[in-house]
Amino acid sequence: MAKDEYREFRLVGTRPDRPDGLDKVTGRARYGADMTAPGMLWGAVVRSPHAHARIVKIDATKALALDGVKSVVTRADFPEGLTGEDWNLQENTIAGERALYDGHAVAAVAATSRFLAEEAARLIEVEYEVLPHVIDVDEAMKPNAPVIREGVSDATVPEGMSPNVVRKIEFGNGDVDAAFAAADLVMEKSFKTEATHQGYIEPHACVGQMGADGKGEMWVCTQGQWYIRKMCSAVLGTEASQLRVTPSEIGGGFGGKTTIFMEPLALALSRKAGGKPVKIVMSRSEVLRATGPTASASMDVKLGMKKDGTLSGVKVEFRMQGGAFPGAPTEFALYCGLAPYTFGAVEAVGYDVIANRPRCAAYRAPGAPMGSFAVESLLDEMCIELGLDALDVRFKNAVVTGDRAAYGPKFGSIGFVETLEAVKNHPNLLAELGPNQGRGIAAGYWFNHNGETSVSMAISEDGTVQVSVGTPDIGGSRASIALMVAETLGIAYEDVRVNIAETGSLGVNEPTHGSRATFASGKAAVLATEAAIKEMCKRAANEWGIEPEAVEWKDGAARPAGPNAGQFPPMTIKEIGAAMGSTGGPISGHHESLPDGVGASFGAHVVDVEVDPETGRTTILRYLVVQDAGRAIHPSYVEGQYQGGAAQGIGWALNEEYVYDDKGRLQNSVFLDYRVPLASDLPMIDTVIVEVPNPGHPYGVRGVGETGITPPLPALANAVRAATGVRMTHLPMSPSKVLAALKAR
Amino acid sequence: MKYHTPYSFEEAAKIAAQASGTTRFLAGGTDVLVQMRAGIVLPEELIDLKKIPGVFDMIRNEDGRWRIGAAVPGAKLGANDALVADWPGVVEGMELVGSTQVQGRATLTGNLCNGSPAADGVPALVAAGASVDITGPNGTRTIAVEDIPAGPGKTTLTKGEVISAINLPARGNNGGDAYLRFIPRTEMDIAVVGCAVNLTLDGDVIVAAKVALGAVAPTVIVADEAAKAILGTTLDDAALDKLAAAASAAANPISDKRGSREFRIEVAGVLARRAAKIAYARAKGE
Repeated sequence: MAKDEYREFRLVGTRPDRPDGLDKVTGRARYGADMTAPGMLWGAVVRSPHAHARIVKIDATKALALDGVKSVVTRADFPEGLTGEDWNLQENTIAGERALYDGHAVAAVAATSRFLAEEAARLIEVEYEVLPHVIDVDEAMKPNAPVIREGVSDATVPEGMSPNVVRKIEFGNGDVDAAFAAADLVMEKSFKTEATHQGYIEPHACVGQMGADGKGEMWVCTQGQWYIRKMCSAVLGTEASQLRVTPSEIGGGFGGKTTIFMEPLALALSRKAGGKPVKIVMSRSEVLRATGPTASASMDVKLGMKKDGTLSGVKVEFRMQGGAFPGAPTEFALYCGLAPYTFGAVEAVGYDVIANRPRCAAYRAPGAPMGSFAVESLLDEMCIELGLDALDVRFKNAVVTGDRAAYGPKFGSIGFVETLEAVKNHPNLLAELGPNQGRGIAAGYWFNHNGETSVSMAISEDGTVQVSVGTPDIGGSRASIALMVAETLGIAYEDVRVNIAETGSLGVNEPTHGSRATFASGKAAVLATEAAIKEMCKRAANEWGIEPEAVEWKDGAARPAGPNAGQFPPMTIKEIGAAMGSTGGPISGHHESLPDGVGASFGAHVVDVEVDPETGRTTILRYLVVQDAGRAIHPSYVEGQYQGGAAQGIGWALNEEYVYDDKGRLQNSVFLDYRVPLASDLPMIDTVIVEVPNPGHPYGVRGVGETGITPPLPALANAVRAATGVRMTHLPMSPSKVLAALKAR
Repeated sequence: MKYHTPYSFEEAAKIAAQASGTTRFLAGGTDVLVQMRAGIVLPEELIDLKKIPGVFDMIRNEDGRWRIGAAVPGAKLGANDALVADWPGVVEGMELVGSTQVQGRATLTGNLCNGSPAADGVPALVAAGASVDITGPNGTRTIAVEDIPAGPGKTTLTKGEVISAINLPARGNNGGDAYLRFIPRTEMDIAVVGCAVNLTLDGDVIVAAKVALGAVAPTVIVADEAAKAILGTTLDDAALDKLAAAASAAANPISDKRGSREFRIEVAGVLARRAAKIAYARAKGE
């Protein structure tokens, strides 16, 4: 039983069966590709084989001549005149004058079967004029680099930079030069990370239906049904409220399913095919080539440190490319990379750069892993140089509640020091290491997020409860929300069913992103439940003939608040529910807001590795994740998030990367060559949940989904350094790269 | 697409010889069906070999020679104690192909005919001195395994030719073989480098050896100099150094998404050294 200074909990902190578990293990759960509709057509997408090319001509004559082909769409079927982000979404959905990356959609076709649609797609003839391309972020910033698109840069970009530089971010305080002059050791290094994909197992899939009147339906695998609605409507020039979007179960998203890709194509094909529903299911290759990976990064860091380990100043410049559109998460990389410590003076510069790659999407703590890799790697190197303990130095410089972050705002209640304490006390730090083995430590941070939230709940006739939330359940939010609602009501966990609602049944919700679902939908569900409790107390008061204020709610029943209120037996939620038809009608509660009180989450990871000196291959011996959850509503899910973040970070650090040929074509668009870690590659990942409750949430929740991917990159690099003496500054640390570095030693 | 189920290899060869479009033979299907699903190969004639009598047979002759039918799945190899005792390297090569589920279907013959330079089933067959029986429009012939691959996705089989079985020589006494591959992960990956070593001892001295390298050239390589480096030795450190150097020298790989040329050359030597030690220990009965 979890407890804090105020309360003990009956359900919060327990580990009941997940509400979606049976459906998922029996195959009854419906994912994106499981949806079908009467009269449904299949869609297929024609994609550019070139990194950068002018589209000279698209000829669909042969495709349309096939019996069973019902519609073909190109950019000409979409409205003109969009601007800003709407234009970006439309241009990424389907290329206009130019294809901007290998895999960019150029046309789409709908036919009566999947095979026919794919055959028709092969018959659509596209004539291209191939243009010079650029893939690497540093290359894209050079003055003579091929220009992706003129006029994208905003006012922050200084004159004279390449048009591919679209945004500059700057912040700082103090005098870094003076800080470096006063330091006992100043070091600087440059780091690079390659683009990685979220690697969710379920490919994007949808069924879209839209009539000539602009009314439509969509069933889709997404993290955010309202985003799908808003973005599709913008791209198609239709009204948002005329499109109803229902999310499926989701086989992973990690941020990559918070935007649109082929969804508007399905709707456009449907609209052109007389309103027949159109299904599109991406192949793995399409997912890797044409959905959003994360940015690649090139980063310079300079740090000043006193002999005792006190940090005196930091200067960073991060350059990140996020594909052919603005949006590389450079500022998040800067903020999160610098968040864990007080640096004294800070000078931070970042650039958002475009290149001929697929448009980046959010990926679990966007930007934070790269920033941490650069800062935590250099910090580790300086600890070695000065003979200081890496954990001690982190304690010495760790931010505490009330400190001002390097990027400006003051931290509210945070638990970084408590996290480091838990690391220090963990037995993994006592494990002995053998030859070619090394231990790496690193910290990480994510802000967490609130976001637009709308939740409703209703009491059923039998006293059980339904809760409707707008945040798809990716990481256990249904179980956690059910626990919190049941805790609040004083009823059984099993008596609460949490449904993920379609767009027609709630106000606008942001997606499940920013680690917000259990925080924001959870808080809103508790507030909605409190509204329903108030109404139930009123019903009891009416029945008893006393004032509503004289009724209190406890253990699943309305009760007289004290001896003066009168002597009445408790009125249970079952009794109130059974009678509500005659006591005033349905009882429900709802809450809409941008829930305040977001609590940030710090984490620290410790990894032991062994590096094969003859092949450069890294084996993970043990791995520890320690992170502040605020409060773990369902600890098994929290541990799962910690382990999942570590696993993805390990993949990013060791083997995952987008590999391009000299023509800018992606070379590894299948899971055989895009190497995510396998279960057999990883040891059981140890977890410690630190609980420094977030005062901004009724049960202390912070949000735990993202912080866990932030420390693995530097933790692995620091461990490889310890095992080999070699500092790897360019991820991934693939065997080829490590062996080359070992031989150059 | 036409789907054929011939009842003899002669009939299969005849169908293939008369086909005008893309033709594929189907045994386990773990490459063919995947390629069809991905749209990489859309055969007009698909000739299923599994109805042919004997394709699932794995026979050890009285003289110790083995004949492994074209449709024998990988899982059957590892389950055959006598084969594991005779040719552990051949078995461990095949067992690296795919997952447990794939092992229930995938065949050695298919692994060979898929023509991948990185095929895990092939180097140990080559090191073992295995041959294949081929049926074609002009009758049957038997050739060495190393003469089948002709480059990525290509074989030397001519139109209408189909492999009916793989033959392994008798193991004899005091022999051992081993196969190792390098992958960045632990499973479900494609060899960046593969190396098989097969050797025979007289006492502690190596009197016969064959070394085969995979994934370091368009086809499997027989590294004669590497074999010579350990012949007549007791696999001492000097011999192992020579072996590694010769294996690296024999490698002629490309740089690609799976690894750089320099890395593959280096690791070819590392694997040769490690595989030779295992084969030697096996030959000693350790």
